Amino acid sequence: MSILIGKNTRVMVQGLGRDGSFHAEQMKTYGTNVIAGVHPGKGGSLFQGIPVFNTAEEAVRETGAECSVIFVPAPFAADAILAGANAGVDLVVAVTEGIPVLDMSKIIRELDELGTALVGPNCPGLISPQESKVGIMPGNIFQKGSVGVISRSGTLTYEVVNHLTAAGYGQSTAIGMGGDPVVGMKYNDYLELFESDGETELMVIVGEIGGTDEQNAADFVKKNVKKPVIGYIVGRSAPPGKRMGHAGAIISGADSTAEAKVTYLRENGIPVADTVEQIVDLVGDGLGGRN
Amino acid sequence: MKLEEFQAKRLFKEHGIPAPDGTMVTTAEEARSAAEKTGCPVVVKAQVQAGGRGKAGGVKLAGTPSEAYMVAESILGMDIKGYKVERLLVDPAVSIAGEYYVGITIDRRKKLPVMMVSASGGMEIERVAAETPELIYFQDINPERGLRPFEARKLAFRLFQEKGKALGAASVMVKLWDCFQHVDASLAEINPLAELDDGSIIALDAKIILDDNAIFKHPVMEELRLPTPTEKKELDAKSHGLSYVQLEGEIGCMVNGAGLAMATMDVIKHLGGTPANFLDIGGSSNPQKVVHAMELLVLDKNVKAIFINVFGGITRCDDVANGLVTALREIKTDLPLVVRLTGTNEEEGIRILSDFGITAMKNMTEGAREAIRLAKERGGI
Repeated sequence: MSILIGKNTRVMVQGLGRDGSFHAEQMKTYGTNVIAGVHPGKGGSLFQGIPVFNTAEEAVRETGAECSVIFVPAPFAADAILAGANAGVDLVVAVTEGIPVLDMSKIIRELDELGTALVGPNCPGLISPQESKVGIMPGNIFQKGSVGVISRSGTLTYEVVNHLTAAGYGQSTAIGMGGDPVVGMKYNDYLELFESDGETELMVIVGEIGGTDEQNAADFVKKNVKKPVIGYIVGRSAPPGKRMGHAGAIISGADSTAEAKVTYLRENGIPVADTVEQIVDLVGDGLGGRN
Repeated sequence: MKLEEFQAKRLFKEHGIPAPDGTMVTTAEEARSAAEKTGCPVVVKAQVQAGGRGKAGGVKLAGTPSEAYMVAESILGMDIKGYKVERLLVDPAVSIAGEYYVGITIDRRKKLPVMMVSASGGMEIERVAAETPELIYFQDINPERGLRPFEARKLAFRLFQEKGKALGAASVMVKLWDCFQHVDASLAEINPLAELDDGSIIALDAKIILDDNAIFKHPVMEELRLPTPTEKKELDAKSHGLSYVQLEGEIGCMVNGAGLAMATMDVIKHLGGTPANFLDIGGSSNPQKVVHAMELLVLDKNVKAIFINVFGGITRCDDVANGLVTALREIKTDLPLVVRLTGTNEEEGIRILSDFGITAMKNMTEGAREAIRLAKERGGI
């Protein structure tokens, strides 16, 4: 078991430009069930043996795709997300970075109405090790196991997972939820899925400065989560008012600092690691010595 | 991208929001003639992208044109929260009967824009929120439908009893939304929105932050950019695909990925060192990017040691290693260098560096510790 994606999930790739093509191939190599590509003007062709369609609607109709991953450039990405959702996929994973925040805000209600789940945008995607990878993560560092990982970042997720894997703590599913101010699913949505997932025994949330998602997650955990949760928050040395790479990583008020988040999590019973190494120790404690 | 007050007021006016007819000036002499033209008294206001200008002495009243000259001379060149004052706004002074707050921002939790209003104008909204949260009224805005007049009236009648004033304020609110969505702002704020003695409603201050992700839709906004020297450096970095923020520490950092870059700064701080910057070289393995990144670090006079931290995922360690070797052949520096390389093609990357005489480490914390040690050897704290 895992959450959101598994061995049989039928995945289509929207946007077969340079990045989309490269990662479509990488996903297929990893074992993801990639069954269609969407690229206007390339309909009727094959990419690595995968049929390509001009529209998302045609791709879903012809192949029964359930999940779509978006590599479409930022100016057109919000529309591409809607195209996938309206075609009928259950899950859209938007890797694209730089989508205007208001554009995202405008489409999010329609996704809710359609019942389409969204991961991202501006995210590395998600992976259920040894089953399916939808996104751009380096598959080789992941290992199947019982830790659920939810992060706002890309390479930092890899860093954390690398330590977990080295210590023998495999992952059920690892998700990069995206670094933008407005993203689809958030910690709470993933925590809820992990809580009811039979394979997951513990969750790690990797947070950063900006917004109050981590505090909201702590509130949610207190009320709804029985499995152990570990936190790690970066940006303790970030100056206020400066965007630290991610559009969403900016200190705009006292609640959005790393210190405020660490304190809030700890006060609400979530152990927080000061360093990546400490995450492994806390996971060990949380699992009571089980690997 | 933050706009200065005079730019934000110009956008306000284009969207029909009443604001004083001020003049932007860059010299004391211009301030004098602006005051003559406007008619005294005038308010002379420092144009910087920082709050608390009044407290810092950057906003002053002048009764005559020659007083405007003197006041302008005292404010120009002033340092306000790290911003040097190079521009002033000369606004006609008005007599104020009441001050209010109106702002729109993106509510990350609800994932939509929200309008906030309060009768505590002139105060920072964060302070009002902390001290008297019951005095702030909110209205969610469905971005597809916009702020409807009845929603604005609901807020306006919280602030004003009298119909004329309430309708004036509601009209400003609807126009503020028009402006917000038209320029793709992430924040638009009127603080204070003033009620004048004659009962009219007017924006006395203006703050707009544009969504950097949306600037491509509004190329004309690029012309509004007025970068400080530090921001120029950051913008220059951005044009090379680098995300850079200058800090004041001693360890220059070069990292792939924003989250990992923050984690790197944090671990340096955790171990007793000080990071000199945030620098994300992004996901590609373009060697030229590494060269530009090295230039940025070497030019920072505070830097006593450099720590390069790369987790190869999509970025390949051998590409980064090649870029680094190219950079070190081009850029002569005697700064000590610590490299941490892990992930895709790490063996190859480590070999390339070792042929060049650099020993790469595999662990981030160990790398940070070594960089701090080397910085201390060179007289760092």
